[in-house]
Amino acid sequence: MVEATAPHHAEAETTSTGLSHRKLVMWAFLGSDCMFFGSLIATYLIYQGKSKVGPFPEEVFSIPVTSVSTFVLLMSSMSMVLAYAALTRGNVKSFRVWIFSTAILGMTFLAFQVFEFRDFANHEVEIDCTSVETANLTPLEQKLAAKCGEGDLKIVEQHGLTPRTNLFGTTFFTLTGFHGFHVTLGVIWLLSLGFLSFKGGVRPETNLDVDLAALYWHFVDVVWIIIFTVVYLYGVFPGI
Amino acid sequence: MTALSIPVPRRPVHPTGVWSWITTVDHKRIGILYGVTAFLMFVTGGIEALIMRAQLLQPEQDLVSPEVYNQLFTMHGTTMIFLAIMPLGAAFFNFMIPLQIGARDVAFPRLNAFSYWVFLAGAMILNFSWFLGGAPNAGWFAYAPITSTVFNPGHGIDYWVLSLLVLGIGSVAAGFNFVVTIINMRAPGMSLMRMPLFTWMTLLTSLLLILAFPVITVALIELLLDRLFGANFFNVAAGATPLLWQHLFWVFGHPEVYILILPAMGIVSEVIPTFSKKPLFGYPVVVLSGVIIGFMGWMVWSHHMFTVGLGPVANSVFALTTMAIAVPTGVKIFNWIATMWKGSIDFKSPMLFAVGFVWLFIIGGLSGVMHSSASSDAQQQDTYFVVAHIHYVLFGGSLMAIFSGIYYWWPKMTGRLMNETLGKINFWLMFISMNIAFFPMHFLGLNGMPRRIYTYDGSMGWDLWNAVSTAGAFALALSVVVFIVNALRSVRSGEIAGADPWDARTLEWSISSPPPEYNFEQIPTVHGRDPFWAQKREGVPTVPVAGGSGEEGGHGIHLPQPSYWPIVAAVGLFIGSYGLLYSPVSNFGLAAAAFGGAVTMISVYAWSFEPVNDPVTGTEEHTQH
Amino acid sequence: MTQHAQTQTGDGGAGTAHAGHPTPLTYFKVAMVLAAITAAEVGVFYIEGLGRGIIPVLAILSGIKFALVAMFYMHLRYDARIFSWFFVGGVLLAISVVMALLGLFQFFV
Repeated sequence: MVEATAPHHAEAETTSTGLSHRKLVMWAFLGSDCMFFGSLIATYLIYQGKSKVGPFPEEVFSIPVTSVSTFVLLMSSMSMVLAYAALTRGNVKSFRVWIFSTAILGMTFLAFQVFEFRDFANHEVEIDCTSVETANLTPLEQKLAAKCGEGDLKIVEQHGLTPRTNLFGTTFFTLTGFHGFHVTLGVIWLLSLGFLSFKGGVRPETNLDVDLAALYWHFVDVVWIIIFTVVYLYGVFPGI
Repeated sequence: MTALSIPVPRRPVHPTGVWSWITTVDHKRIGILYGVTAFLMFVTGGIEALIMRAQLLQPEQDLVSPEVYNQLFTMHGTTMIFLAIMPLGAAFFNFMIPLQIGARDVAFPRLNAFSYWVFLAGAMILNFSWFLGGAPNAGWFAYAPITSTVFNPGHGIDYWVLSLLVLGIGSVAAGFNFVVTIINMRAPGMSLMRMPLFTWMTLLTSLLLILAFPVITVALIELLLDRLFGANFFNVAAGATPLLWQHLFWVFGHPEVYILILPAMGIVSEVIPTFSKKPLFGYPVVVLSGVIIGFMGWMVWSHHMFTVGLGPVANSVFALTTMAIAVPTGVKIFNWIATMWKGSIDFKSPMLFAVGFVWLFIIGGLSGVMHSSASSDAQQQDTYFVVAHIHYVLFGGSLMAIFSGIYYWWPKMTGRLMNETLGKINFWLMFISMNIAFFPMHFLGLNGMPRRIYTYDGSMGWDLWNAVSTAGAFALALSVVVFIVNALRSVRSGEIAGADPWDARTLEWSISSPPPEYNFEQIPTVHGRDPFWAQKREGVPTVPVAGGSGEEGGHGIHLPQPSYWPIVAAVGLFIGSYGLLYSPVSNFGLAAAAFGGAVTMISVYAWSFEPVNDPVTGTEEHTQH
Repeated sequence: MTQHAQTQTGDGGAGTAHAGHPTPLTYFKVAMVLAAITAAEVGVFYIEGLGRGIIPVLAILSGIKFALVAMFYMHLRYDARIFSWFFVGGVLLAISVVMALLGLFQFFV
């Protein structure tokens, strides 16, 4: 049994390419998943700007907040790769630290998503009746402004964004929801590996198991890179 | 992974009986399961067709109501494509690919079993709809917005969506399995350009499967979210467009038709050389044509939408790409003909069906080229001309080739020969009646008969050809009965086949019929194409190189062990689907969805911890996953 | 693809005995570059007057991030080519189909 010295390649594969079946299938799966997310992104972009009622992206998105969650997910990729590197060097304890860190960062990302989704669902539109500048109002704000009557100081109405509200809500929540679902499955996978390592089920010679989880995790991060750019940054850029 | 202190149920150890089939991971058994189930679905779809043809025999009949008629054509199309042709192809992938490449099984045997059970689950979900409030009725392509709850309040469409989602999981899993198997498990010496053509076409089909199904999965999810949860993907009032559905569907749908035809082309590319006693003419070109077809198949999808109003630029682009894709298809046809040229042709049943395929596929291709012109398609779209085209390429094409494959590989799978006389009757009756059933549809279409109408007025001038077509359809059904008789007789008392009844070329014929459980006593070594011919005619041996891996050298052959988890996972998906369907309106549905999901999750975990080969039974853990 | 390849590189080169394998320091540096590019993207977002010019800028920046994660974290730079073909094939097909769909829906006019 090899301990914490040189990593041991235990899975000598007698395959045509010399590569592991499971690694090959994971890459094929990731290629396939590109088509899945591509279709969701296409749907989002096709319907972008076509919602008939608000709220619209620029009214609800907070680029600073989403930038933080993006950063968190990027850092989780780093901790993931360090977990794998630790394992192949034979350091199971260090592996454990890094993989639980990855899972925690992933859960943090999911918490941000939940926070964001709830925030959108509870979105309120507020208009200050005493100083209305009709030029810069969104359609919803305009509707509220029209309701300003004598003696009203301000009007607040709830106009939450849900999947049912408009095209933006439908496509946004579906795209980010399925991404979040992928992240959730990933977190479960990582936690499972972490707990398994306590029982000796994760060892340097079984590093392929972690490699596969890592590939999946990085892919999920990469998809978020696309979503953040296309949906958030491009989507609400005021110059377009 | 070695055994952990987590208690896991004992591995199943049933060598015989029903349980051995339920827990099997043997690719040959899974192939038979696929074949039998798919054939039953083929008969179901055929009955649905016969009812429609009976209804259309004469004008203004009312054998069935328009509502039932809509369900019939929807179910006929969906069943034939997803439950008959694709799984019949899968039956051959399963049984033959490991044999053709000299392997003992596929890369992921349990995933393979899972694919079959998921297929069965999807078939059940779709067909149970007949008895649960009505089958889907919006056509096999289910265009929005007729699929919305506004126009389709019952559950039929929901069953359609869920069954296709479930079937998609099975198909994609099988696609992954065969991609890895073909790339990673070939016998020593079998480079890609030495693989049998059927293996090549299976590889291309599997790549198409894993790339195309995600697109329809998204479309189906979007439709389901609309129907169950009030989303707006296809809600025109909210600003949506039904065109989104059409595009997403056909981005999948066109690669799907190549998924339906490439395996057929692969089968025919095996049969024709064998029965012409000549190698396939231009093997590299046939492979390359397949690759080009697979690649270009992504560039033509909007030819299904020429009449939607995409504009002259889009229409022209897709017309050109569609015309272009006819080229590699035509090239293959020339290669098959050239293979037969100056060959010593033996017109046994498999060869008859293969040559019939070539002829009928040419006709289907010609009507396809007529469709490729956007302007002429404007007249043909949504008429019986399209129905004629579809059936020439799918029946005259895919199905004829599948029958060729059945007759060809029947001896290998069962150890018995089919009766040649009955085979010839089967072929001629099928070939002639197929033409009687479908050729008149060209005329009907050009004379303006629309698709998907449950009856027609007697003054349209469509009476004669409808009557002829119906007669042909019933004769076609008779030919299928002939096949069934042939098959049953063969299984009960057919002549014993021996390993190589056709003097064939590829590795599956070098082992007994049916093959032993481990396929090859020793993994063969291949030195060129058509390795079995090389061995028989030139004495080129296919036995392994001396000093091989040692796994066979007196250690015994390790085979993947049976498992419960594939079927349990499929059952979880089955229950979960129904639960999901009822979840918006019932807590019980929600609970069922959660329960089904939990069953699937637990199965996945148990599956991961279960070694491929059980250390308890004393076989070594083998890394052939 | 002649003899069956009984090799020791079972999982496609996972161990540190492999030539050109990144060190943890490399990974950290990549992470910093990724963070910096993200900051740059957000920064660009706040530049007024860029108009549609932001599209190529964002595309290039996120493309670089994508490539860095794929090549280094997912190890494609050091692994068997066939993995790259599978992944890049899927990515290219997805991009092409998305672009074609957007074109058909007049996204670019």
